[in-house]
Amino acid sequence: MSEIAAPRSSSRSRSVKGGGRNHSGQTNFELYSWLFMRLSGLALVILVLGHLFVNLMLGGGITALDFGFVAGKWANPLWQVWDLLMLWLAMLHGGNGLRTIINDYAEKDQTRFWLKALLITAALVIVVLGTLVIFTFDPCLDPNSTLSVCK
Amino acid sequence: MPSKPAGTLYRGREGMWSWVAHRITGVGIFFFLLVHVLDTALVRVSPHAYNEVIGTYKNPIVGLLEVGLVAAILFHAFNGIRLILIDFWAKGPRYQRQLMIGVGVIWVVLFVPFVIRHLTHVFGG
Repeated sequence: MSEIAAPRSSSRSRSVKGGGRNHSGQTNFELYSWLFMRLSGLALVILVLGHLFVNLMLGGGITALDFGFVAGKWANPLWQVWDLLMLWLAMLHGGNGLRTIINDYAEKDQTRFWLKALLITAALVIVVLGTLVIFTFDPCLDPNSTLSVCK
Repeated sequence: MPSKPAGTLYRGREGMWSWVAHRITGVGIFFFLLVHVLDTALVRVSPHAYNEVIGTYKNPIVGLLEVGLVAAILFHAFNGIRLILIDFWAKGPRYQRQLMIGVGVIWVVLFVPFVIRHLTHVFGG
């Protein structure tokens, strides 16, 4: 097959095989993807650990999670932006990670194609659904809501 | 230079195993994320539907699975920072082993308080 680059070496990572194209025909896609994993990973450490701390450590933790808890959080635009960023970055980071794994282990072109088609479909559905949920959320769906906007 | 046969500097040592663990935890977290966005999407259906499904997260067995999830996330997060340091910090590759120990220490320091607090919630303290 193609040459094997030294693992995790920035200057040469563009020569890692990307869809089986040869060296001269390659774009910098794999380099940007490699860089994106590191940048998004750093942001996700803060976003995800913050999310876990607020939802599982503070107050009643998991026992306090219900519709009212979500409504209370998304009444604050900070948490809307937080969750939106987390959703997009996590799906892109996780999707790109799975793409790498498919490239590594699925040997037949057909298998790789269909697995990636499935991955892209799933990621797209989740990102679109999650984004719509954050922006169209209606806290007053709960008739017993104590939020001031619902009174 | 090591006198061992070529390949053993990485293979079978912490470098390889942390790579394996990074992949496994990454895949696990990804599939949880798919489910978690779907269950959260139920807030658009009805408060009852959401509360019903989120109730399963409070079940003791699922509560233990959450401990596993957080264990995986903490490893993936700090091993990821270790990878960044190996890639971008000039001395990173030389200290990759010490960085691995650092990952373990931070993991324990964050994981232990979490387990105590979370299991107290789950098992009704």
